[in-house]
Amino acid sequence: MAEFIFLMFLIVVFGTVGEIFVSRAMKDHGEVKNFRPRALIAVIVRALHSKWMWLGVAMMAIGFFSLLAVFSFENVSFVVPVTALSYVVGALGGRFFLGERVNLQRWIGILLVGAGVTLVLIGRS
Amino acid sequence: MESPRRLHLKTLILIFIMVIAAPLGNVLLGKGMKHVGAVQLWPPAQLLHVFTLVFTSATIWLGVGSLLVFFAAYMIVLSWADYSYVQPASSISYAVVALLASTWLGEFVPPLRWAGIAVICIGVFLVGHTHPNTTENG
Repeated sequence: MAEFIFLMFLIVVFGTVGEIFVSRAMKDHGEVKNFRPRALIAVIVRALHSKWMWLGVAMMAIGFFSLLAVFSFENVSFVVPVTALSYVVGALGGRFFLGERVNLQRWIGILLVGAGVTLVLIGRS
Repeated sequence: MESPRRLHLKTLILIFIMVIAAPLGNVLLGKGMKHVGAVQLWPPAQLLHVFTLVFTSATIWLGVGSLLVFFAAYMIVLSWADYSYVQPASSISYAVVALLASTWLGEFVPPLRWAGIAVICIGVFLVGHTHPNTTENG
C-alpha cells in the first residue's frame, strides 16, 4: 500500500507540477498561431531553451514512469480514476501558488472529483 | 471559411478520437506492464532490468503511440475549439477506460468503483465547464 501511495503521489504531483512548468515555458514563448508542422517544430525547439520546459518534461517523465510502475501491480480501472486527483492538486496549486480565482462551480467540481476518488478507493477489490 | 456545421462535426470527431485513444493507451500500458510483472523500486539494478523489458515491449509502445494520438488530437482541436468545451467533453474517458479494462483485460469493476467513476466524470465536467481565464479582469 505504501508503494501505491508513493507512486500515486509522484503521478499526481509530478505530473501536475510538470504540466504547470511546461505551460509556463509555453506562455513565455507567446501564443502559437501557426499550426503547420514546421512552425510547431520551431516552437518546440525554442521552448527547449527554457529551463522550465526541461524541468517540466523531467517531472512529467517521472510521473509517466510511476504510472507504468503502478500498472504493473494494480488494475487500470482502479488507477486511472485515482489520477483524477490531479484536478484537485491543479486547482489548489492554481489558487495558492498562482493566485488564480477559483469560482464556486469549480470548487463543487473539485469536491465531486475528491468524493468520486474516495468511492473508488473504498471500492478497491 | 468553414461552415459552423462542418467545424462542429470536425470537433466531435476529434473529441471522439481523444476519448478512445487515451483510455486505449492506458489499457495497453496496463496490459504491457502486467506482462512485465510487478515492479520493485529497490534495488536500482532491478529497475534497469525492468526498463529493458518496458522498452522492448510492443504493447507498451502501442500504448505510447495511442497516447500520442490522443495528445495530437487534443492539441489540434484546441487550435479552434475552447478548452472549456473540449475538457468537459473528454471527462467521459474515465468511464471508457473502466469499460475497456473490464471487457478487454477482464478486470472486475465493483459497483462502488463505477459509482465513483460517475461522480468523477461529473466533477471533471464541472471543473472544466467554466471560463478558463479567471485571472483577468479580477
